[in-house]
Amino acid sequence: MADAKVIPFDDDRSRGGARRRPHQPSSGRRTAAPDTAAGVAPVCEAAVSPLPGAARPRTEQSRPYGAETETETETETGQGPAPADGQEAEARPDRWERRIAGGLAFLRRRLTGDYEVDEFGYDKELTDQVLMSLLRPLYEKYFRVEVKGIENIPSDGGALVVANHSGTLPLDGLMMQVAVHDSHPAQRHLRLLAADLVFVLPVVNELARKAGHTLACAEDAERLLRQGEVVGVMPEGFKGIGKPFSERYKLQRFGRGGFVSTALRAGTPIVPCSIVGAEEIYPMIGNAKTLARLLGFPYFPITPTFPWLGPLGAMPLPTKWTIQFGEPIQTDGYPPEAAEDPMLMFNLTDQVREQIQHTLYKLLVQRRSVFF
Amino acid sequence: MGKVVLVTGVARQLGGRLVRRIQRDPEVDRVIGVDVLRPEHHLGGADFVRADIRQPTIGRVLAEHAVDTVVHMDVTGTPLGAGGRTSVKETNVIGTMQLLGACQKSPTVKRLVVKSSTSVYGSAPRDPAVFTETTPPKSLPSGGFAKDAVEVEGYVRGFARRRPDVAVCVLRFANILGPRADSPLAEFLSLPVMPTVFGYDPRLQFVHEDDVIDVLRIALHEPRRGTLNSGTFNVAGDGVLLLSQCSRRLGRPTLPLLLPAVTRFGSVLRTIGVTDFSPEQIRLLTHGRVVSTVQTRETLGFHPRYTTAETFADFARSRQPGLLPPEAVAAAVDRVAAGLPTARAAGGHSSQPDGRTAG
Repeated sequence: MADAKVIPFDDDRSRGGARRRPHQPSSGRRTAAPDTAAGVAPVCEAAVSPLPGAARPRTEQSRPYGAETETETETETGQGPAPADGQEAEARPDRWERRIAGGLAFLRRRLTGDYEVDEFGYDKELTDQVLMSLLRPLYEKYFRVEVKGIENIPSDGGALVVANHSGTLPLDGLMMQVAVHDSHPAQRHLRLLAADLVFVLPVVNELARKAGHTLACAEDAERLLRQGEVVGVMPEGFKGIGKPFSERYKLQRFGRGGFVSTALRAGTPIVPCSIVGAEEIYPMIGNAKTLARLLGFPYFPITPTFPWLGPLGAMPLPTKWTIQFGEPIQTDGYPPEAAEDPMLMFNLTDQVREQIQHTLYKLLVQRRSVFF
Repeated sequence: MGKVVLVTGVARQLGGRLVRRIQRDPEVDRVIGVDVLRPEHHLGGADFVRADIRQPTIGRVLAEHAVDTVVHMDVTGTPLGAGGRTSVKETNVIGTMQLLGACQKSPTVKRLVVKSSTSVYGSAPRDPAVFTETTPPKSLPSGGFAKDAVEVEGYVRGFARRRPDVAVCVLRFANILGPRADSPLAEFLSLPVMPTVFGYDPRLQFVHEDDVIDVLRIALHEPRRGTLNSGTFNVAGDGVLLLSQCSRRLGRPTLPLLLPAVTRFGSVLRTIGVTDFSPEQIRLLTHGRVVSTVQTRETLGFHPRYTTAETFADFARSRQPGLLPPEAVAAAVDRVAAGLPTARAAGGHSSQPDGRTAG
């Protein structure tokens, strides 16, 4: 296909200048100059400092409802932040009571079916109170995700977040969802577009729908964007997530660039997003193709630990992650027929791809180590 | 000039209700109800003609009464009285062919309304989340009522091509529910324990019987100003319910089974005649189906009075309470809330959680 030919051009170029380019001050990106000049530490701090601030109101808010069951209340008290204040003693029973009452109210709503889902099956309450809380330890403690450039996601209205895809299992998508929700001031919900395999698998499809994911097709994406949602897409698909470890951080072909025309039709900005750290969680050194075909999966990963160590081998490595949202690419300036113009589609797809790849290399250079 | 309306399938609840309702419309002069069986319910003052639409006699009925509007309601998934799937399929497909053939010959017919179903979209994991009228199904229904509906719509499209002077309106209804619903899905939702497919929670949409009658009336009369009532329209209540929500709201527990087990269980249920648990229904209960009703609102000018949730509540009220009525569950949770040591210790504060839970 024609589009398959256009993109490798960029691939070669970025591969050639991969490690060198970030050192050259000529890279005219907005953040490039301070990054290279001031080094890693200040940038990290600037980006880290909003995190605890953003995290605090969230924990505060999740407390009244967060307890779905008795056991969950217990775990929450275990990790519950204990502010060392004088009035804390008298405030505690009251807060406790409210928390349990909130938990029971939540339980009651769930058990009587008194909650709402949207037409995609997105269950906002369940996502906020349960699914996000389950992912948060992984996000905060395990991968210690650092979020940069969250201000590039608009506070209202639609936006299409385009990210690289890696890591054998789509944890990067889930972490991106938590990142957008927890660090964005408007606590926006990222609606991910998932592969059709997700909706074939039992249990997985149910959870994916409830978490707000939907099938990666133009109809669904456009519908969500027109509703003013932030939509997340990983155009590399299985080519990206199932690539061998040796090709880490090399962007694969971006599908057929359908995401660009969808964003153009909906008139929403495209926010490029680069995720560093997900590539190393399951270093895929082999692919059992026959087994994958038998099981109906696009690939069957073989990592240094999986399947040799069994379920233990399925533990992701505790890498340190950085998620950087880049400067949005506006699409509202184009006429409506632009969505039908293949040349423009290729150019925009390339632009997005290049920006993601560029940022990936920049982040890699700044990274001190895979695990810290 | 008054209208002469012919309605097929009047021996069923919905057909009977439609006949009774449209007789009160001032534009309607006469209503002729057609079915193979004499209806058990009364038809108001409508004329009943006992005719089988699978036979050419239907053409004579059209000519004799100079019918100008035909409402084809006899496209259903369940047999009327005795008769198996074969006779249902024949009535759906051959009946539609005969009826359309008769309409094509009749010079008086000006309008045709066909009751179809959203099952023409099928249900597959690879489908977009929301179907519009133009979405092609990823996997065509392979059998059962859904395939009948696809074939019926095919014949109707052919008819519309051959008789461009006839206004043709195809209404694709989501699952029809209401106090008097007797569809397979209603039967399923009335089971004491609902077998579900493990690992799937389908999204369902319902349309209320009252809304069905209303939208049929809009379709069979002259279009109101600014609207167009020929074409294909999805009809469904607003919003979506998950099957798990339905079961909780009904208070009927679910029994999640693996997909092959559900298929076997379904055939057992069908054999002993508890409910018609057809493969296509299993697919609906696996992957669910949601349609867009934008065309119905904007082009047809119909706004359903009941949302999906309200339709379901109305249906739930008409049924026996399940094993775990939501009120009892809620009361149990409230009892736990009242019995908590913190709530008791707090004393005066205990009104607060109660207020919260009630809200």
